[in-house]
Amino acid sequence: MALDKPYKDIPGTTIFDAEQSRKGYWLNQFCMSLMKAENRARFKAGERAYLDEWAMTEAQKQAVLARDLNECIRLGGNIYFLAKIGATDGRSFQQMAGSMTGMSEEEYRQMMVNGGRSIEGNRYIGEKR
Amino acid sequence: MARIGASVYTSHVPAIGAAIDLGKTEEAYWKPLFRGYEFSREWMRSHRPDVIFLVYNDHATAFSLELIPTFAIGTAAEFAPADEGWGPRPVPKVIGHPELASHIAQSVIQDDFDLTIVNRMDVDHGLTVPLSLMCGQPPAWPCPVIPFAVNVVQYPAPSGRRCWNLGRALRKAVESYDEPLNVHVWGTGGMSHQLQGPRAGLINREFDQAFLDRLIADPEGLAAMPHIDYVREAGSEGIELVMWLIARGAMSDSPPRVAHRFYHVPASNTAVGHLILENVR
Repeated sequence: MALDKPYKDIPGTTIFDAEQSRKGYWLNQFCMSLMKAENRARFKAGERAYLDEWAMTEAQKQAVLARDLNECIRLGGNIYFLAKIGATDGRSFQQMAGSMTGMSEEEYRQMMVNGGRSIEGNRYIGEKR
Repeated sequence: MARIGASVYTSHVPAIGAAIDLGKTEEAYWKPLFRGYEFSREWMRSHRPDVIFLVYNDHATAFSLELIPTFAIGTAAEFAPADEGWGPRPVPKVIGHPELASHIAQSVIQDDFDLTIVNRMDVDHGLTVPLSLMCGQPPAWPCPVIPFAVNVVQYPAPSGRRCWNLGRALRKAVESYDEPLNVHVWGTGGMSHQLQGPRAGLINREFDQAFLDRLIADPEGLAAMPHIDYVREAGSEGIELVMWLIARGAMSDSPPRVAHRFYHVPASNTAVGHLILENVR
């Protein structure tokens, strides 16, 4: 019998469960390697060559090169691991989170100052706003 | 005998640590948040504990995907602030309490909670930001700290019920320790926030305020709330709030005194909630 995954119907949200973790193992472990300064320097010096040292899929490598965090998450990435790429690029957590929403950095920051994204209309996929 | 004197609850947003470390606490964006902790720093001076049992989560710092313990207790003599990719925070190293930590591990494991025992671990913002918020920028932290890391990175986190019951077992463990120590238990993380996907930036004030109300007055009922309610209502990272139930479960059965309550939006992507509850003797 399949596991119950009631969180699949939340809009704009990917829960990092065992299935996602399995898919994203090497993507996330690559991110983890960026905790070391010498690895950050090697990655910056040649991103493609550094990525090729990891058993990641081509799609995962392309998503990292494009800094497409939504795609990274779809392919098994977890935000706390992906944040290491942001740190390497000198980006804040707010810039990273904002980049996944389709909003500009300033629009996202202003939304947060105004109290954040409302829960109304954001509980279920297909819910009326 | 040791006893639990109080519990403290607070969010642990990394940007708060950066604001403190970079001297930005007086800036208009941050000032209202830090004002909410002025009472708390005064309270820490007048209610100084002998040991803090600090429940937090590691954010892919000490634990990668190689090893994912659901509950990990730090039994080392000291713990270094971690380099999370921006360099280590300029804060004091964390001095542990290996004797009490080992005693708690032995007692709690015999009560059916299978803890992972950690003798070497760097601690990230999840642990050091609450210390900074409560203690300011001292040359050394005011007392030993036992780090207690909970997995909330890979779903599922432990249930609210499990956390609540672990808190009960923790209380029993502390109360069976021979030295007359005053122990504070801190629950950290939350409140509503989501850091990923098109729904990033989610904040739910009504959920957060109701959570604070129930944590004070109906914690056992609150502990029955299923994961899906946290994730749907408080965001994918809002699930960190289950950690607050460990601290609440460690408190006495009689109603606590609410010494302080504070709520503020935003800190970066996150709603900040804060409570200080004292056991009434």
